[in-house]
Amino acid sequence: MFSSLIIVFREVLEAALVIGIVCAATRGVKFRGLSVTGGILIGVVGASLVALFVDTLADMAEGMGQELFNALILLVVVITLAWHTVWMSYHGAELADQASKTGESVKQGREPLTVLFLLVGLAVLREGAEVVLFLYGIAAGGSSASMMMTGSVLGLFFGVLLGFALYAGLVRIPTKHLFSVTAAMLVLLASGMAGQAAKYLIQADYLPAWGYDIWDSSWLVSNGSIPGEILRTLIGYDARPAGMQLLFYVSTLLLILGGMKLVKRHHRTAQERYQAV
Amino acid sequence: MASAKNRLLTLAVVTLASTFAFSLAQAGTPEFRIIIKDHVFVPAEVTVPANTKVKLIIDNQDPTPEEFESHEMHREKIIAGNKTATILIGPLKPGKYPFFGEFNEDTAKGVVIAQ
Repeated sequence: MFSSLIIVFREVLEAALVIGIVCAATRGVKFRGLSVTGGILIGVVGASLVALFVDTLADMAEGMGQELFNALILLVVVITLAWHTVWMSYHGAELADQASKTGESVKQGREPLTVLFLLVGLAVLREGAEVVLFLYGIAAGGSSASMMMTGSVLGLFFGVLLGFALYAGLVRIPTKHLFSVTAAMLVLLASGMAGQAAKYLIQADYLPAWGYDIWDSSWLVSNGSIPGEILRTLIGYDARPAGMQLLFYVSTLLLILGGMKLVKRHHRTAQERYQAV
Repeated sequence: MASAKNRLLTLAVVTLASTFAFSLAQAGTPEFRIIIKDHVFVPAEVTVPANTKVKLIIDNQDPTPEEFESHEMHREKIIAGNKTATILIGPLKPGKYPFFGEFNEDTAKGVVIAQ
């Protein structure tokens, strides 16, 4: 029972943390709940479809379909997150300002809803497929099935709980700082996912590794452990990263930060011009 | 104009040649077969040549899916029930590289030995 709890918890973790952060980042946006719920539902349906066609997917691209699929989803999420973070750095200041002035939540922002839907859906889809396959395996397994099922449900529960805990913690941050904190978290999240995408492309032999084990911190926090999984999601931690993975990580980080800086400067000059008139 | 055409031709030849070289390299990759039966890897110990790319063919004879995972070899891949999957590994330095089946970690354990 315990092993199935851990497996499901590990898989649910990523989606739960991603949803926790993006929910905090879009706090107060109208119809947010609907968008997130829709994303989760679509994600679960998508995950079941992926699980159903897992062998078809695996046979594609000369047996490397699974790797390419994972890399593709991760890269789409990275681009969406990058876009969202840059967008928020442009409008976030306004929204926060407005929110603290009126003392109530922000009631605008059509853009974050689509992004939110997409992010939640893809996050659930990717990790959900593994959960569905695992559960199928248990159901088909026989004897200890009910114990394993109980473990899985508990794993799902604790995963979701952790997502809620992160959200609850984040929304305690004063609105003034909330946008900067969630923006920083989303940038790290995106960079880590870019690194993971690189890992899949290396595995499929589409990219050179440029050196495995640039460092090895397995003795401190190993990849398979729960702290390792949490850190992997939150900051892209890998106990034994490949060179190419680091390159993807750092490039994504710099590109998003650069983009944020650029639009902020643009925003400021636009405001100054407006005030001068 | 002529030089541009030449360059294009060179590019085409190089691309073709490297594609050919790539498929040759793929064809020459040594393959090792591992069977999954009753959530156990058979053989649980596979000796492969060091410092070269190697293909692991994982034949899952169980009706349930399994996830092949190895932190040391940087690989994780799901193999559907009654299906076969290919995992490219290496070039590995000489040494021992443990792997396991994530969905049945208690029984599905193995090690790749690079020599």
